[in-house]
Amino acid sequence: MSDGPEKPGFEDRLAAAEDAAQGPKRKAPGQSDAGSAQRAIELAMRLGVEMVAAMVIAVVIGWGLDRLLHTKPWLMILMVPVGLAAGMRNLLRADRGR
Amino acid sequence: MAGPSIDALGQFDLTTGLGAIGRAVNFTNSNEAMLAAAIIIVGMFAIGLKAKALVPGRIQALVEVLYEFVHHMCVDTIGEEGRKFFPLVFTIFSFILLGNLIGLFPYFFAFTSHIAVTLALALFVFVFSTAVGFYIHGFGFLKFFVPAGVPGWLLPLLVPIEIISYLSRPVSLSVRLFANMTAGHVMWEVFAGFMLLLTAGFGVFGAIASVVPLGLNVALAALELLVAGLQAYVFAILTCLYLHDAVHMH
Repeated sequence: MSDGPEKPGFEDRLAAAEDAAQGPKRKAPGQSDAGSAQRAIELAMRLGVEMVAAMVIAVVIGWGLDRLLHTKPWLMILMVPVGLAAGMRNLLRADRGR
Repeated sequence: MAGPSIDALGQFDLTTGLGAIGRAVNFTNSNEAMLAAAIIIVGMFAIGLKAKALVPGRIQALVEVLYEFVHHMCVDTIGEEGRKFFPLVFTIFSFILLGNLIGLFPYFFAFTSHIAVTLALALFVFVFSTAVGFYIHGFGFLKFFVPAGVPGWLLPLLVPIEIISYLSRPVSLSVRLFANMTAGHVMWEVFAGFMLLLTAGFGVFGAIASVVPLGLNVALAALELLVAGLQAYVFAILTCLYLHDAVHMH
């Protein structure tokens, strides 16, 4: 059985390789600089669209209801703060870390 | 003087492909790119999975990395139920990724730069995740729009806010992908147009100076590669997130 003495050698080498692979990750607690910058860009792109989208949907709903109910422009105006609030809600959701 | 001008949006025009047959059925260059993306991804998998080698070759390794990446994304985001939705998420991810990447090559069309395409994808995800929510929870899914731990008199205000926030999902999902791809391609076109304008306006000096926009375009190419991958990833992870909300309701 020549496997016997070789096995711990392989396990050691595997552990060393895994340590080496995880080395840079451990060095910076949390995230590395490049990773966090990329995440920040990603988040910034998301948040802007997130707010505008809620606003657009709210205004479109208000405008449509105005057309249906002939109450121009009051429902649209009413929906603007609601849309803003929904945008804020989206931001809070996006900030949940995902 | 009729010098060169910058036509930044001309690149997004739809033309028909595949000759006379394509003209007859309105098969556009966008459809060509979609078909190419689908064929590449299916072909890649057919070749990569044929080998079944224990030590994977290049294509098999690529296929396995792609598979595991999306699988982890599904299970980590949705939970154990994510396995059921893996085929959908993987299809969406690979289709958008290939579409973005194909669009980066000269003479190829980026179909994700059309809001019609991204909105169709986003609406499908939206309708599907809503249907999953109703399928799993029945009408109890409507409780998703009632935030927990809120006094009753605030509900008439908060429920519309939640509903609008929910309805804005397909808009933000589609606009993000569309805007990123369009903006990148427009910037490329504009910088390339600067080179022509400089050369036409200042002759030899202009031609030398146009090294600057050329360099910018090279840097932009790297950025666009990042954006292509990132936006496909964001679209897929948001799909997972919406499915998570539909499955777990929180």
